[in-house]
Amino acid sequence: METLNALAEGFAVALTLQNIFLALIGCALGSMMGALPGLGPANGVAVLIPLAFSLGLEPTPALILLTSVYYGCMYGGRISSILLNIPGDEPAMMTCLDGYPMAMKGQAGLALSLSGVASFVGAVFATIGLAILAPQLVKIALLFRPAEYFALYVLAFATLGGISSTNQAKSAFASLLGLMLAMIGYDSQTGTPRMTLGLLHLNDGIDFLVVIVGLFAVSEVLIFLENRHGGVDHKPPAIGRVTPPLKMLRFTAPAMGRGTVLGFLAGILPGAGASLGSFIAYSLEKKVSDKDRTFGKGDPRGVAAPEAGNNAAAGGALVPMLALGVPGSGTTAVLLAVLLSMNITPGPLLFTDRPDVVWGLIAALLLANVMLLVMNIPMVSLFARVLLVPPRFLMPVVAMISFVGVYGVTGSSFDLTVMVIFGVLGWVLRKLDIPLVPVVLGVLLGNAMEVNLRRAMEIADGDWTVLFGSALAIGLWAVALVGFVLPIFFGARVKRKMRMEDESSVKD
Amino acid sequence: MSDRILGGLALVFAAFYIWQATLIRESFMSDVVGPKTFPLILGVAMGVCALVILLRPDSDPVWPKGMQLLEVLMAVAVMFAYAQLLPDLGFLIATALASTYLTWRLGTGPVMAVIAGIATSGGIYIVFRLILGLSLAKGPLGF
Repeated sequence: METLNALAEGFAVALTLQNIFLALIGCALGSMMGALPGLGPANGVAVLIPLAFSLGLEPTPALILLTSVYYGCMYGGRISSILLNIPGDEPAMMTCLDGYPMAMKGQAGLALSLSGVASFVGAVFATIGLAILAPQLVKIALLFRPAEYFALYVLAFATLGGISSTNQAKSAFASLLGLMLAMIGYDSQTGTPRMTLGLLHLNDGIDFLVVIVGLFAVSEVLIFLENRHGGVDHKPPAIGRVTPPLKMLRFTAPAMGRGTVLGFLAGILPGAGASLGSFIAYSLEKKVSDKDRTFGKGDPRGVAAPEAGNNAAAGGALVPMLALGVPGSGTTAVLLAVLLSMNITPGPLLFTDRPDVVWGLIAALLLANVMLLVMNIPMVSLFARVLLVPPRFLMPVVAMISFVGVYGVTGSSFDLTVMVIFGVLGWVLRKLDIPLVPVVLGVLLGNAMEVNLRRAMEIADGDWTVLFGSALAIGLWAVALVGFVLPIFFGARVKRKMRMEDESSVKD
Repeated sequence: MSDRILGGLALVFAAFYIWQATLIRESFMSDVVGPKTFPLILGVAMGVCALVILLRPDSDPVWPKGMQLLEVLMAVAVMFAYAQLLPDLGFLIATALASTYLTWRLGTGPVMAVIAGIATSGGIYIVFRLILGLSLAKGPLGF
């Protein structure tokens, strides 16, 4: 009941002309970015943050715009998976496996509409799950004191790396690099400049917008430039009928249901994110339903399950981000950056201090899902046409818009130079299989992590054992340890399996 | 080999970071932990990571060679130049030049690239400056 009341107030916030318009724009842009191979949700949102910022949007409208983009990407990613056998973004990888064979059989329209419905089911249920679960998590979060928060941050970094890289030393390297960069600038407690090498420009620290846009967007342009000879202009197959028959919906409904639940759970885990959600959803569906060995040959259930899974995971990833301030995935890390840059600290206090932000966002997400359903089923051929625009025209536009955005916020060409440096760094790191998300998360959370450590010490009068002083803290440390160590033994295997599934589909 | 170089560089970086951390001035009115400790912890942890990467490297990635490498380096140089020259040339000219270059290098014919570059620059200017009212760099010509 409490939740319903809050949600009703949320709709009052969301249903203004400006917010509906922003959600619409966000959904359309997101679907397009998702559809374009190479432009994923993290990139898309990263490019748009500085814009939302320099347009002077209020926190709620800005968040509505950017999460609509985020959800839109999750919907749009499937379009190129199905039509071109190239995932539009990483979570859509599993959709290639059965989506492309369906398109080859002349069922492109069916695959697109079915996956559209699956996306809708996954996203709506995940948003409802968010509305129910986040306030509960907030109650637990209220028990957190500085020491527990510090342990929680350690947990986030420990588990984040497990999925994003096969080499734990490299994910730890990435997290530490981010944290070290966050230390640059005035110390928040004593005001002494730190790590500035005497450069006045660095006294205020490195703006994380600059880091994010450089690492994600600029490095993408470089990767693209390097591989351009591999990239050919594609011609997607005809789409045909885009309404799924009722019989087909009933046939795939259980697959969607299972995909939604698994995806949502995977999304909540810090660090797992949508890619794992769709992977688990597909693998389980294959185990449960693949009796006639039709999976991988265009089985509609193989399209429904991973699409429901990745969209549900996208919603699930918002739960820890809003309730604890610890993002569950790369894109939610970028969304955290939006909140921080608007002076809003996510966490339990957000729910009591700024319910308008939280519930307005949730209401807007439900609204955005309806818009996305309309955009992605009847109007799907429109977005499929985006794939006809060759990337050689689009990539420079993306690069220039990211420069415009950052310049619009900071107005300094020094920051643009720093951004290009981060672009090069991002390119080198990607080459070396070092995940970028922990770097970003480190830059974002570094100061909060240190502040909590120092507060915990201050309270305990310098006694370091306070960090393990409560059952909750010990529990968090234990999960962090398991989350870091387990992937060393199992992570490589899961990763390899994901890649193998992907490659076998390419060969068919 | 790449990983060994990375590990080595990271080790040097960690050492440099620790040295810089020891130079942080402690104020007389500090909290228990002080501004040095956390950076020191990070530096030491980074050193450990660097050693692990150095001693247990992964297989090498495919690095671009020859022309491909030149391609990437040139693009980086163009972006640096763009960042430096933006305030001097103004948004429209600088952006048209930079996006013409990128479009051309991504495999478009030169004439088409010039057209696309000008269109990109003009399009962004119309949307972001004229419609959305963002402040873009003003050159000596006022745009």
